[in-house]
Amino acid sequence: MTNKESEQPMKKDSGKIFLEELSKSPLTVTILAILTGLLLGGLLVAITTEEAYAAFSSSPWEAIKIGANAAWKTYQALFTGSVGNPAKIVAAFQGGDAEEIRRAINPFFESLVASTPYIFAGLAVALGFRVGLFNIGAEGQIFIGATTTVIAAIFLKGLPAIIHVPISLLAGFIGGGLWGFIPGWLKAQTGGHEVINTIMMNYIAFRLSEFLLRGPLKDPDGYTPVSADIQDSAKLFRFFENPIRFHIGFFIALFFAFLVYWLLFKTTWGFTLRTVGSNPRAAKYAGMSIMKSTVIAMFLSGGLAGLAGANEVLGVNHNLAVAFSSGYGFDAIALALLGKSNPLGVVLAAIMFGFLRNGAIQMQLTAGIPIDIISVLQAAILAFIAAPAIIRTMYRLKEPDMDLDAVTLRGWGGN
Amino acid sequence: MAPILELRGITKRFPGVLANDHIDLTLEKGEIHALLGENGAGKSTLMNILYGLYAPDEGEVFVNGQKIVVTSPRDAIAAGVGMVHQHFMLIPVFTVTENVMLGDESLRMGGLLDRRSAAKRIREISEQYRLEVNPNAYVKDLPVGVQQRVEIIKLLYREADILILDEPTAVLTPQEVDELFTIMRSLVESGKSIIFITHKLREVLEFADRISVIRGGKMVGSTLPQAADQNSLAAMMVGRAVDLHVEKQPADPQEVVLEVEDIVVLDETDQVMVKNVSFDVRAGEILGVAGVQGNGQTELVRALTGLAHPVSGEITLLGESIAKASPRTITELGSAHIPEDRQKDGLVLTAPIADNLVLNTYYLEPYAKGIFLQHETVLKSADEIVSNFDVRTPSSLIPVGSLSGGNQQKVIVGREFSRPIKFLVAAQPTRGLDVGSIEYIHSRLIEKRDSGCAVLLVSTELDEVMELSDRIAVMYRGEIIAIVDAQAVTKEQVGLLMAGVVEEKLTA
Repeated sequence: MTNKESEQPMKKDSGKIFLEELSKSPLTVTILAILTGLLLGGLLVAITTEEAYAAFSSSPWEAIKIGANAAWKTYQALFTGSVGNPAKIVAAFQGGDAEEIRRAINPFFESLVASTPYIFAGLAVALGFRVGLFNIGAEGQIFIGATTTVIAAIFLKGLPAIIHVPISLLAGFIGGGLWGFIPGWLKAQTGGHEVINTIMMNYIAFRLSEFLLRGPLKDPDGYTPVSADIQDSAKLFRFFENPIRFHIGFFIALFFAFLVYWLLFKTTWGFTLRTVGSNPRAAKYAGMSIMKSTVIAMFLSGGLAGLAGANEVLGVNHNLAVAFSSGYGFDAIALALLGKSNPLGVVLAAIMFGFLRNGAIQMQLTAGIPIDIISVLQAAILAFIAAPAIIRTMYRLKEPDMDLDAVTLRGWGGN
Repeated sequence: MAPILELRGITKRFPGVLANDHIDLTLEKGEIHALLGENGAGKSTLMNILYGLYAPDEGEVFVNGQKIVVTSPRDAIAAGVGMVHQHFMLIPVFTVTENVMLGDESLRMGGLLDRRSAAKRIREISEQYRLEVNPNAYVKDLPVGVQQRVEIIKLLYREADILILDEPTAVLTPQEVDELFTIMRSLVESGKSIIFITHKLREVLEFADRISVIRGGKMVGSTLPQAADQNSLAAMMVGRAVDLHVEKQPADPQEVVLEVEDIVVLDETDQVMVKNVSFDVRAGEILGVAGVQGNGQTELVRALTGLAHPVSGEITLLGESIAKASPRTITELGSAHIPEDRQKDGLVLTAPIADNLVLNTYYLEPYAKGIFLQHETVLKSADEIVSNFDVRTPSSLIPVGSLSGGNQQKVIVGREFSRPIKFLVAAQPTRGLDVGSIEYIHSRLIEKRDSGCAVLLVSTELDEVMELSDRIAVMYRGEIIAIVDAQAVTKEQVGLLMAGVVEEKLTA
C-alpha cells in the first residue's frame, strides 16, 4: 500500500474516530445516564396515569397519547418550577414592575439556593472518596456544623458582619470537622471502619442537636424546638429583595469547590491524599503517612459538610430547627459519585440536584405528580452511573481504555 | 497415526492486541513439548483457549484426529485435556482427597461423599506414578512441590491424557524441579503427553522432547533440544541476538553501609518469618539473597525499608539506627527500594507516569515549593527520566498502568536511580519481565554497584542471584543459613542450601 492510499481512509474516518472517542468518554455515560433517567421517569409517570388505563379499553393509541401527555406536563411543570415560566418572565419584564420581575425569576434563583448545600456536602463526600474513605456521616456533620454555627451566630453579639459571618462559618467548619475527625481518628488508631462509625456518629448528631434545641438552644419565646433567630450581623448577604433568597453562600460554595480542587491537585498535601486514596500500599512504601492522611481527610470532609449546615442557617433559615436538613448528607454520596469525585463535576451535579429538588415542589403543585418521582429519577440516574455497563450496552458504547473510575469507587467497601 | 493433539490456525484478538495469530501446534503421544516465549508472547492465551477459558476467534482443535469444540474447562476435561495453573487452585484447609474430588465428587448412596474410594484411587495413582502423596494430608501442611503433585493427581484422577503445565517450575527449588521432571518423564512413559509452558531456557534444553517458540502471538518455530542452545533459543524468543551473560568486573567492596544484627521480624499474622538474621552489605558490592519464595525474604525487605519493624535486633544504615525508622526517614538517608510487587507497592497504576516518578520526592525542592506542587518541573524531570531509562511511552502523562510490565519496572528503576542513593534493595527486580528488560535492569544494577552503591538483591531466580551477586546469602525458613562467595560455589551447592542442606565447609 502506498503512503497516499493509507492516508486517505484516515481522513474519511475522522468523524468515526471522533464518535469512537466520544463513546469511550466517561462524560458520555454520565450524560446518557441522566437522559435515560429522565426518560424512565417520564415512562413511570405515563404508566401511572389512571386516565390512560381508563382510555385503554376504547383505544390503546389514545391511552399512549394520554400517558405521553401526562409525562410532558410533568416535565413542563418541573421546568417552570425550577427555572421559571418563560411567558411570565417576559410579561413581567414588559410590565416593568420590580416585584413582579422578582417573582417571575425567583424559581431560578431558588434552585441555586437549593443547590448550595448540595455543593458543600457533595464536596465533603468527594474529598473522602479521593482519599479512599467513605464518609457516610455527612448528614450528622451537617447537623453539628449547623449547631455550632447557630451558637456563634446567636451568642456572639456586637460584631460587624465582616467578622461575624466568617466566624460563624468557621464555627460550622470546625463543628462538622470535629464530627468527621472522630471516626477518622478511630480508623487511624484502631482500624474501626469509617462507614460504621460515621453512621453511628449520625445518630449521636441528630439526638445531640435535638437535645440542644429542646434545652439550652431553644428560643425562650417559642414553644417548638427551634432556636432563636441569629443576629443580623451573622446573616449571609442576599442579592435581591423578597421573595428571592439567593445569597452569597452560593459563591462561597463555588469558592470552596475551587479550594478543594486546588488542594487536591496543586499541593503536596493533595498529592499525598490522592496517593493514599488510590493505592495506600504504594503510599506507605513512598513514605506517606496513611494515618495522618486519614485523619486530615476526615476532618476536612466533615468540615465541608459542616459548612453545608452553616450555609443553611446563615443564608436561608436564619435559625436552627430539628430536622432542618432533609437528607443533603445522604444525597451528597450520590452527588460525589455522579460528579466522579471531581470538584467541578460535583458542582454541576449539585446544581442539577438543586434544580430537580426545587422544580419537584412546583411539579407537585401544578401537575399533581408526587414529589417522590424525583427520588425515583435520581435513583435511576445513579443506578446507571454506578453500573455504566447498562448504559454502554444500551447505547452500544465502546469500553474505555482504562477504568479511571476505579479511583473514585475504591472507597466502597474497601478499607 | 494422528497426533494426540493438534491446534490449527488458532487466532485470538483482544481489543488492540492480536494475542494469537494463526498458531499451529502438534503434540505427539508420549512427548514432553515445551512452549517457550516471553511474558505476554501469547503462551498462556493459547493454553487458555485449549482449556476452554477463552473462545478462539479462528482455528480448530483436534484430539486424536477428531475435531473438538471446547467452550469450558469441563469440555476440555471430557476430551482428556487437563491443566495445572501457575497459581494452584487448591483449598488449603481441605485434605488432598477433598481437593481432588472437588468438582468431580464420587457419591455413595444417599448423596454422601465417598471419600474412601476416592482416597483409594488417589493412593493407586500416587503409587503408579511415584508421586508420594498422602491422600489424607491437609493441603496447607504440604510443601509447594507436593501441592503441585496434588494438582497433577487432580488431572490423572479425571483421566486426562494431555497435561498442560503452566510455568510449573516458578515456585520450586532446583531439587524439586528435578523431581518434577522425573515425574513428568514417568508420566509420558506410561502414555500421557505433556505441554509445559516456560520462559526458562535451561529447563527446556534439559527436559523437553521438542520445543516450540512463540513470539508476539506468532509461532516462530519448533526445534529439538539437541539442535539448539540457550543463545539460539533466546534469540528466537526475543527476535534478536541476546547476551545472557552479565559482563562485570570483580567487586571492590568499601565501607560497610548496611549492618543487620540479629533481627527478628513477624509477618502480618504475627508469625516469626525472619529469625535472628545478621549480615552486612558494603559499598560497591552486591549481596544476593537466594531462597525459595516464602522463606522470609519478603519480611526481611519490609524491615530494611521501614514497612515493618523488627521485634528485636538492630539495623544500622550509614551509621544511623533504622530499626524503628519510617520509610520516609530511610529513603531520605539515601536508600532506594525496588519492591517485590511493583504494581501494589511500587506504583499508583491510575496515576500518570510523571506523578509516579516523584512518588517519594514530590514534597522536596524542586518538585514543590512549600506546599505548592511545581507541575512544570515534575513534567520536565519526568520527560528526562523517561528518555534516560528508555521507558517506551507516547507521553509521561498517561497512566502508568497502561504500560507493559517491563516499562513499569523501568519507571520504578528510573525513579529510584535518579536520586543520589548509597543503598539499594532490589526485590525480585526482573520478575515477569521480558528478556530485553531483564538485560537492561541487570546492567543498571551492576552500574549502580560500580558507582559505589551497596546493593542487596533478593531474588528467587537462582540464575539471577548467581549471575549478579558478589556474595550470596541463602535464606531458609527465616534464617540465613549460609553466606558464601559467589565465585566459589556452584549452582548445585546453592540449590542444596536453598533446600536447607548445610555443608559445613561452604559457610564462609
